[in-house]
Amino acid sequence: MSTSTIHDIGYRHYEGRRSGRAYVMRSLYVHNLRAAFGLGRPARAKVMPFLLAAIMLLPAAGSVAVVAVAKRPEALMRYSSYAVTLQVIIAIFLATQAPVLASREIRFHTVPLYFSRPVGHLDFVLAKLGALATALFALMAVPVTVLYIGGLVTKVPDSWHQFLHYLAGLAGCVLFALVLAAIGTVVAAFTPRRGLGVAAVIAVYMITSTFTLIIQGIAEHQTNFTLAGWIGLLAPFNLVDIVQVRLLGQAKSAVDVPSGTFSGFVALALCALIVAGSIAVVYRRFRKAGLS
Amino acid sequence: MNATIAMITFRAMLGRRRALLLLALPALLIVLAVVLRWTGNDDLDISADVLQQFGLATLLPLLALIAGTGVIGPEIDDGQIMYVLTKPIPRQVIVLTKLAVAIVLVAGFSVVPTLLAGLLLTGTTAQLVPAFTVGVLVGGVAYSAVFVALAVLSRNAVTIGLLYALVWETLLGSFAPGAKSASIQQWALSVTDALTPASPVSSSVDLGVAIPLLVAVTVGAAFLAAFRLRSLTIASAE
Repeated sequence: MSTSTIHDIGYRHYEGRRSGRAYVMRSLYVHNLRAAFGLGRPARAKVMPFLLAAIMLLPAAGSVAVVAVAKRPEALMRYSSYAVTLQVIIAIFLATQAPVLASREIRFHTVPLYFSRPVGHLDFVLAKLGALATALFALMAVPVTVLYIGGLVTKVPDSWHQFLHYLAGLAGCVLFALVLAAIGTVVAAFTPRRGLGVAAVIAVYMITSTFTLIIQGIAEHQTNFTLAGWIGLLAPFNLVDIVQVRLLGQAKSAVDVPSGTFSGFVALALCALIVAGSIAVVYRRFRKAGLS
Repeated sequence: MNATIAMITFRAMLGRRRALLLLALPALLIVLAVVLRWTGNDDLDISADVLQQFGLATLLPLLALIAGTGVIGPEIDDGQIMYVLTKPIPRQVIVLTKLAVAIVLVAGFSVVPTLLAGLLLTGTTAQLVPAFTVGVLVGGVAYSAVFVALAVLSRNAVTIGLLYALVWETLLGSFAPGAKSASIQQWALSVTDALTPASPVSSSVDLGVAIPLLVAVTVGAAFLAAFRLRSLTIASAE
């Protein structure tokens, strides 16, 4: 980065240290991560993210309680199934918080204010996506960790396998977070109108999942399990579950997954494509935003 | 009813890209119906299932949420509602006009596509199509009233509406039968159930209970919205 930027307009020269690109990115990332949970904003903005996070914790706490009280270690929820089971809550969190991160600057035409400073377009987008993905990861990984620690405390047998499953579950959470953040950011960036972004994100989730469920139901009815498995690629939660089942060796949590390791690689490639495509689309969106 | 408010609201809801979102959702239902018919998967069981799962349980709450909160929520949020409230128009007229617009939108983008999808799938077998059309329509009226009231009551209207439509009606409904009976979706399904002899459609609520509840919820929500709008405080935008 050249030392002469737009805010050196000649009145007073700045001779001090310049914090550089990493500092800019870190600041944007932290700011967006705080915004994702409503921190630094009025109490009204904090209610929903924390309420949803609390709802996410309930089943984990309940499951651990059942294991502890009833001494039934098999009642512990599987780590990789947690996000799939609670996908509605995660989708609502994504729908409420993705517009907070991706729509507000566009709605209030403040994007040019960022870019008139030494902020790279790509850095800006990566910071937003990274922050949303981190928030989603925290939303999913905290209950999964509660489950794991609860399992340790209540001495669920076979602790080495539990640890491996826990790691696989966390890896699944990372993938869930990345894919969902990518989808949510793209949709929210194109629906800046207040309230509409929330509805648009949830619509994408609900339509894809209902569509997939109906097709899977019909395909299973006709014993066409190939179609029932592969159509799962269309629904985000089912997509990531394919990776969890075929590449991470977890049991199936979604309705149907296709067979063979190959399908796992296809699903992983599709996830990567979604994330990369989303970065490209959001990059273009923010570069143009507010200039007209 | 106030024609000017209705026109402005229609323009706000259908302007530019917003209509696309409203159109994309029902288009998918039609596409699904065409594909199912084309591949020969259009027997009564599947058709009833698609109309219920996709039309009544997904499309209707989503569109009612978008329309119901969209007609009044954004205006309250950014303070533009002041320009309407400071005119000598009774508040209940404002609420009723907004509600009527929401109902028209839901009818246009949810009831009509359900009708079309039903005709594509089953034709006129077992009165399934008129039954679902009426069911979706009465459900749409109740949903719209509730979501308009929510939008007046709370800034988090969309999220609360989602929690109700997805968590209460869908998730809790499958665990707790009590929660299932207290849902607009089941009441609308009850109306559908009464109108069709087809066996795949069955509701957990009696028609004699469902209709009074639908009327009570709709009227109650409309009253609540009008009442709250009379003493609305405009806070600064976030």
